[in-house]
Amino acid sequence: MKSVAGLRSGWLHGCMATAENFVLAIGTKKGLWLATSQDRKHWSFSGPHFLMSEIPSIGIDTRDGRTRIMVGVRSEHWGPTVAHSDDLGATWTEPEQGAITFPEHTGAAVERIWQIYPDAESRPGVVWAGAEPISVWKSTDGGEHFELNRGLWDHPHRSDWGAGYGGAAAHSIVVNPEGDNVHVAMSTGGVYRSLDGGESWEPRNKGISAYFMPDPNPEFGQCIHKIAADAAVVGRLYAQNHHGVYRTDDNGENWNSIAEGLPADFGFVMLTHPRREGTAWVVPLKADGERTPPEGKLAVHRTDDAGASWKRLDTGLPEGEYNSVLRDAAGVDSSEPAGVYFGTRGGTVYASADEGETFAEVVSHLPDVLCVRAAVLAVAGLPVPETAAARGA
Amino acid sequence: MPDISVVLPSILQPLAGGQSILTAPAEGTVTVRSLLDSVTGGYPVLARRLRDETGALRRCVNIYVAGDEVRRLQGLETEVSPGQEVLVIQSVAGG
Repeated sequence: MKSVAGLRSGWLHGCMATAENFVLAIGTKKGLWLATSQDRKHWSFSGPHFLMSEIPSIGIDTRDGRTRIMVGVRSEHWGPTVAHSDDLGATWTEPEQGAITFPEHTGAAVERIWQIYPDAESRPGVVWAGAEPISVWKSTDGGEHFELNRGLWDHPHRSDWGAGYGGAAAHSIVVNPEGDNVHVAMSTGGVYRSLDGGESWEPRNKGISAYFMPDPNPEFGQCIHKIAADAAVVGRLYAQNHHGVYRTDDNGENWNSIAEGLPADFGFVMLTHPRREGTAWVVPLKADGERTPPEGKLAVHRTDDAGASWKRLDTGLPEGEYNSVLRDAAGVDSSEPAGVYFGTRGGTVYASADEGETFAEVVSHLPDVLCVRAAVLAVAGLPVPETAAARGA
Repeated sequence: MPDISVVLPSILQPLAGGQSILTAPAEGTVTVRSLLDSVTGGYPVLARRLRDETGALRRCVNIYVAGDEVRRLQGLETEVSPGQEVLVIQSVAGG
């Protein structure tokens, strides 16, 4: 293991905090910015980290009393890698042999890390990853080394999976904290479910439209954009599809539309509440031709009844906004009330400390935002910067 | 017999212990592939920046032997003679 030379943080003048502290990680097309806050309104920044590399995936692991930030890094010149920091970005460590590399016999090479997903509290050290080409990976050492999931890699459907515009990737991983259920979503391929912890996989897309195919209701091949699990109801998941917003209550056996009440059924984001049943957020976009907020009016929509109704949330958001919000450019924290965060391809990041009722701009003029993750720091009293460059990153 | 030199761009030098030139002893002609194996053997992160896990040269990494980019020659099988200098240069790309 070695630290990557030249990767230093911009934290200044650390002090000891006693209140709940938050970290916000913003992955962009040209680097990573980190921010901390005690009130989710005033943010102090460090960055850019990994300047001129895109950061399409971030995982913040607060288990074991430690805050570990893991990032998928990809340089157009120097390829992809995974790095992690246990000190809020002051130093970064990159496993010398690479955290995610295909075994030689596969003849494949990692193109991009699309997802880094810490498993449940009950499985400390376990971290999942999704990558391009379509593949799922699992680490048991906190994200330092991952093993290829052979069940999905060797799946007989592989040759029929396609590539979305952004590439052919496994971009969503949802793990049931109580059992061995794992759901993966890929573009394009749809949702696949494992009931044995990832040993074997079956497509579970019944009810999800693939209008762009000759058969609009295939067994697999859907262009799912994001899936997320309900916080409290086992077997309930939500999906933002390439047109269509869906919910399943039977672990993926059947999906039903919950798009009624939304201004558009297209989008990339799907977030769920960290604890409360039936609460989810989406960011609708008009499509297929435009892919902008409907009428240029950016808004988050939240359901508190599992999709039976939606509430438009735009307080604090700009009246005119034509940039889209990508699938991982949004996240929630675990505080009470939950914080909601998202960033646009125009480089602006918004935060809400009240579950979306009101938003405030955190930072603007960054490169295209690809990934946003937020968390409550595992240990109160970690150094946080005193700089008040809330809008100056 | 003179060594073969591999000249690194500044951005990669921290991954080679700060060195700008890596050298490999040459008993005779070698291929670019074996040369890279030799000089990056002690610097695995540097090795992954130049080639992916299949051993292929990354798309935007250019390697020049005697002034020619190896993709115009025999790729990683291009031969390098003792005393020659090999340049690693990042391609002009990005926005």
